[in-house]
Amino acid sequence: MTDIRAHLDALPGVDPRAPLLEVRDLHVEFRTRDGVARAVNGVDLRLNPGETLAVLGESGCGKSVTAQAIMGILDTPPGHVTRGEVRYRGVDLLRLPEADRRKVRANRIAMVFQDALSALNPVYTVGFQLAEQFRMHRGMSRKDAKQRAVELLDQVRIPDARRRVDDYPHQFSGGMRQRVMIAMALALDPEVLIADEPTTALDVTVQAQIMNLLAELQQQRGMGLMLITHDMGVVATVADRIAVMYAGKVVEEAPVHDIYARPAHAYTQALLESIPRLDLKGRPLNVIRGLPPALTDIPSGCAFHPRCTYAREICRLEPPPAYRIAPQRIASCHFVREVLGV
Amino acid sequence: MFRYIVRRLLQMVLTFFGATFIVYALMFANVDDPLQALAGDRPITDSQRAVLEARYHLDDGFFTQYWHYVSGLLTGDFGQSLTGRPISEMLAQAWPVTVRLALFAIVIAAVIAVGAGVLSGIRRGGAFDTATLVLTLLVLAMPIVVLAPLAQLVFGIQLGWFPPTATRDANLYELLLPALVLGTLVVATELRVTRTSVAENLRADYVRTARAKGLAPKRVIGVHVLRNSLIPVITLIGVDIGALMSGAVVTEGVFNIPGVGFNLLRGIRTEDGPLVVGFVSVLVIVFLVINLIVDLLYAALDPRIRYE
Ligand SMILES: Nc1ncnc2c1ncn2[C@@H]1O[C@H](COP(=O)(O)OP(=O)(O)OP(=O)(O)O)[C@@H](O)[C@H]1O
Ligand code: SF4
Ligand SMILES: [Mg+2]
Repeated sequence: MTDIRAHLDALPGVDPRAPLLEVRDLHVEFRTRDGVARAVNGVDLRLNPGETLAVLGESGCGKSVTAQAIMGILDTPPGHVTRGEVRYRGVDLLRLPEADRRKVRANRIAMVFQDALSALNPVYTVGFQLAEQFRMHRGMSRKDAKQRAVELLDQVRIPDARRRVDDYPHQFSGGMRQRVMIAMALALDPEVLIADEPTTALDVTVQAQIMNLLAELQQQRGMGLMLITHDMGVVATVADRIAVMYAGKVVEEAPVHDIYARPAHAYTQALLESIPRLDLKGRPLNVIRGLPPALTDIPSGCAFHPRCTYAREICRLEPPPAYRIAPQRIASCHFVREVLGV
Repeated sequence: MFRYIVRRLLQMVLTFFGATFIVYALMFANVDDPLQALAGDRPITDSQRAVLEARYHLDDGFFTQYWHYVSGLLTGDFGQSLTGRPISEMLAQAWPVTVRLALFAIVIAAVIAVGAGVLSGIRRGGAFDTATLVLTLLVLAMPIVVLAPLAQLVFGIQLGWFPPTATRDANLYELLLPALVLGTLVVATELRVTRTSVAENLRADYVRTARAKGLAPKRVIGVHVLRNSLIPVITLIGVDIGALMSGAVVTEGVFNIPGVGFNLLRGIRTEDGPLVVGFVSVLVIVFLVINLIVDLLYAALDPRIRYE
């Protein structure tokens, strides 16, 4: 059943020169009893093969929702994509019939979730859950599919894979379980991997191992990796580019070193100043004042203005446009120059 | 697992002795003169009384009597009913009838509960869900002592859709109405537990993973959600067997089905102590064994459960 791949290659609108993944003006809202929560408000992103894009931002800024919208696995209702495009090789996935969209999932775009214990089904063996994809998408027999499952567990370096394939998720340690999760995402050789805080639920010692494994597998396969994370340390070592999100928008996007050296958005700057740094040990941290906005009531103009030290009248009145300040750098702030200090 | 089963068996032995002891005590404390009860209205001579007292160990203390009785039970000797029939024979005739009725009721209730529960769990707040909500409330509010004669009157006698009574070797069609009535005792809660469980599981993270794997909704629900959702339902069905046993007493009484409940009811009415204690003892054993089986099934469904 490699015809799934042929089928996907022949989708109307496939453009080999288009970016691997491109998100434009994505809007997602959750319609709940307490009102409409605008979780994503015009996200623009782009991912190339072999590239790692880190997505950063405070809790609740819409990182996971963006990832779910790209995958097409939003909880609907209450979640709805109200505007925008998610283009995979030029094809707008949001306009694709559900049957085709389903084939894109796992085959082309796959996802690793934060907490592997809850993300894996507790009542089936990991082997069953891995093999399932080969059976459903490739039409393999149970036996062949299980063989492939063992190979996958081997690839993510789970010791004694042949025996462990029959174990249940709760029988693995946290790190091993996240390896299973990664194996599951990589099963059908996707071109895009979205990892939503893949190490947050793990011990610090295991975190580095999992990140290294992810980075290594990405290199081997030339995948585009969208890495959602809170961990600035991880970002600095593995990411090529960073997208910083605030209140459902990407407010700054830049190559990783540029952002660390000189943030162009007031929020990015505040975020960087709020991380503990060894060279500044002993000094009080600059915590960003105030709380992230309620998504049912996002401030006018620049959503960051109630908390911003640079804010002036215009910030309250007008949403800042996206300024292209270098070939690869975009920042949406009225006072980019001031923040950059030029 | 083995140790777990052994421990459960030991618990079962204790429960068995406790339960039979209580029933024995209640039944015999209730009768002023068991021999007079046995003889009915006829007078008993002193010599007859002496013979009978020796046979039933009546001159012994209560504990000794109980002991004689239980050791009889354990060797398969249930004694005689006050009507003179051996109780083991009565049991052998009554049990198959009740087992068939109860199994039929369990299956009907489970099929309806799981089927409708899954559907309303998937679309909570929809028309189907609302309709089942109203129906289950209605069923819950209706006690079986009312429902059984009512169903018999309406469907059995007035409409004539079903036979109003059933014989010992009734076919499934004859048993359908009593089984439906008996099933109403448990179907509503089973349905609502299924519904809640499905709705909860649909929101679980592993469902999102299953969808991210590009699985069709049919498979996500039929394979991933269903098995997780059924875990609490299976336990409930196990617990419900107790309710069905008590419901069977009423149902069998109303529909004249000569099963365990029917006999028990008659035994209680005629103060037939040996019969009641014998039937209850076997009920207790059956109940305990079923519970053990349900627990083991539960472990098979949910691999996280490891009995120590
Ligand atoms: N299933 C849902 N139902 C209702 N609202 C939701 C749902 N999922 C997300 N939201 C809303 O979307 C907002 C953004 O959530 P999201 O999970 O994307 O945040 P995040 O950036 O991933 O945060 P974190 O770093 O904590 O994971 C949440 O604050 C919440 O209000
Ligand atoms: S636009 Fe204004 S409020 Fe927003 S970050 Fe820039 S300076 Fe601050
Ligand atoms: Mg998140």
